[in-house]
Amino acid sequence: MDFTLSDEQKMMRQVAAEIADEQLAPKAEEMEEKCEIPADLLKFLAEQGYFGLFLPEQYGGAELDFVTYALMIEEFSRGSPAVALVVSVQNALVGKPILTYGTDGQKKKYLAKVAAGELVGAFALTEEEAGSDAGNVQLRAAKKDGGYVLDGHKLYVTNGGFAGLFLVVARTDPEAGGKGLSCFLIERDTPGFTVGKRFDGMGMRALDVRRLELEGCEVPADALLGAEGEGLKIALASLDGSRIGVAAQAVGIAQQVFNEAKRYAGEREQFGRPIISFQGIQFYFVEMATRMEAARLLTMRAAALADAGGRFSAEAAMAKLYASEAANFAANLGVQIHGGYGYMKDYVVERFFRDARVTEIYEGTSEIQKLVIAGNLLKG
Amino acid sequence: MLDYIEYEDFRAEVRAKAGEVVAPYAAAIDADDHIPDEVMKEVAKAGWFGATAPAEYGGLGWDTVRYVIMVEEVSRASGSVGVMLAVQGSLIIFPLLEYGNDAQIKTYLPKLASGELVGSFGLTEPSAGSDAGNTKTAAALDGDEWVINGQKCFITNTKRDWPVVCVVTVRTDPDKSKGARGVSSIIVPADAPGFNYGRKENKMGLRGSDTSEIFFEDCRVPKGNLLGEVNGGFKIFMVALDAGRISIGAMAVGLGQAALELAIKHAETRVQFGKPIGTKQAIQWKIAEMATKVRAARFLVYSAGALKDAGHPYTKEAAMAKYYASQVGREVAYDAVQIHGALGYDKSYPLERIYRDVKLDEIGEGTSEIQKVVISRDILQIKKK
Repeated sequence: MDFTLSDEQKMMRQVAAEIADEQLAPKAEEMEEKCEIPADLLKFLAEQGYFGLFLPEQYGGAELDFVTYALMIEEFSRGSPAVALVVSVQNALVGKPILTYGTDGQKKKYLAKVAAGELVGAFALTEEEAGSDAGNVQLRAAKKDGGYVLDGHKLYVTNGGFAGLFLVVARTDPEAGGKGLSCFLIERDTPGFTVGKRFDGMGMRALDVRRLELEGCEVPADALLGAEGEGLKIALASLDGSRIGVAAQAVGIAQQVFNEAKRYAGEREQFGRPIISFQGIQFYFVEMATRMEAARLLTMRAAALADAGGRFSAEAAMAKLYASEAANFAANLGVQIHGGYGYMKDYVVERFFRDARVTEIYEGTSEIQKLVIAGNLLKG
Repeated sequence: MLDYIEYEDFRAEVRAKAGEVVAPYAAAIDADDHIPDEVMKEVAKAGWFGATAPAEYGGLGWDTVRYVIMVEEVSRASGSVGVMLAVQGSLIIFPLLEYGNDAQIKTYLPKLASGELVGSFGLTEPSAGSDAGNTKTAAALDGDEWVINGQKCFITNTKRDWPVVCVVTVRTDPDKSKGARGVSSIIVPADAPGFNYGRKENKMGLRGSDTSEIFFEDCRVPKGNLLGEVNGGFKIFMVALDAGRISIGAMAVGLGQAALELAIKHAETRVQFGKPIGTKQAIQWKIAEMATKVRAARFLVYSAGALKDAGHPYTKEAAMAKYYASQVGREVAYDAVQIHGALGYDKSYPLERIYRDVKLDEIGEGTSEIQKVVISRDILQIKKK
């Protein structure tokens, strides 16, 4: 097995690491306090090509692979997990599905703008009664005058506050369960489409996560992405890819917590010596690092499978399941190693502790990852 | 009685009271980072500030087990109010009763018991965290007064809008090689000249329970404010911390219990895939594990309290109770968040607050690492060469 990165991948990783350390980390605290990612930072990332990672050159994309995507998300996450998630959503849950399932017309209409960051996208699947049970989506898309009219709500839509384009999963067939769902591309200024209340979360506070209300929201027939009835398939396949991003984000959280805790433990003296010289503390680092490395390998393995064009649902789910647990494990010990200081907002591990928690929840809870894995492992 | 059933009526009363006078304010206490006067007054009226103080000083005269059940139940409603009472009872009133002279007890205990005074415990310094023997804040006698200079940090119950008295550890023997044996405890009212609050900490959780730096600049208190003997402070704060650990364990049990109850309710009512999620074995087993751990942690806490009440040594058992209960509290809150999904991450729902609050229990009043040092030191009898 070859675990080495190509020169290009190494370079891309290096550049992302520099952006994380120089552009993201110094702004992370302010982004959290103000609950926003500055527009000029998003613009900068778009200009650097981070919003069109998977897209072909003809749309201004970088045409990169999942391995590079994962490397970048991991690095960005060290600086700001929230920014890393915005980049991940834009690429894996917006650009990629339009590229894969879109018509020529849809691609021409949207992809160049997505890559350039002129259109930031959002992915709207969850509803009050359709969380883990994604097939239970109730938001109705009824045929009308050659197009559709949509009525219902969505929850926990990341980027909802400022996104210009929404991938909305809606029910086109009330009788067909999970097979009765379809995916729509809906622009923000469509009449009947309202961005609602902002989610007030424990962490990732820079993320703008919204409720959506759709009331008599009329869209033309060409707003349909893929075929009718393919909505859940498109959503789940897109989530397979984005889970590699969340796994990479979790690895980045673990890595930065490790870095911060290592620095602190080297400087902090108690009982006349640096606390890093105590075996109990050293073994904490060993456990953090071992889990982090395993998580990173699972993530890279899922990314490599995705790049090879095969099925990777179970591997992506394993990566996300394990990496999110490893991130929380690391975040907890990171705070613990910092002692009282780790509980204070002046130390970044406090933020990472809160940020890490949601990696086990969004884009499919750990329980959903286990269902995906079990379904793949145990069938037949 | 091993099962503590005899305390259940008592618990029910405290739980009802905490549900009435504390729980409705818990979200606001967290959001505003402040415990409002109406809560302080109701807690005072319930007598909880002086739960362990004898009746002759206006206290309730409760034993340790009753006291920790109160801390547990109040923490179940609000960790911030719970930790305030844990500090008041264990770190201030208990050592004052053990080591205070008549004059000190008469001066301070009635006011501490009534809640007119909030007590804080000034041990930690920037370079004396887990290493408490490294105390640098110094006190020297000048005539009839102690003159104190130095700095404390992370001091709980430094409630700025309330009268506060602080039991402070100070170096009274300038010979640093004496370590903890050159340290004394002195009672310092917050309105003493030269006592200045520094920065109030911006904490992850337990918001409303004020944590501050304290600066002593030629701070003067009467000679009679020395608690116990000169250079005898180490013993006092070790005893106080032993007691404190039981109550921090109780706090973690209360927070864990609150998280468990929310998780149970959610598992029973949240429908996905056409059925309550509590019908799924993954959720059932998680709930089973959580409930078992909370019950085990609770018994460790009560058992340490019962040992203390019976006059037995309880240092190791208090450390075990705190170490285990705080870990259980965090794990149970973690699992409860998981069972709730996004709702567990939502600030409009109490669970994320519990998750943030309970993490402190693995850090404050001796980190889990220090508890393990205490426990293993007691267990392992290895002869030094």
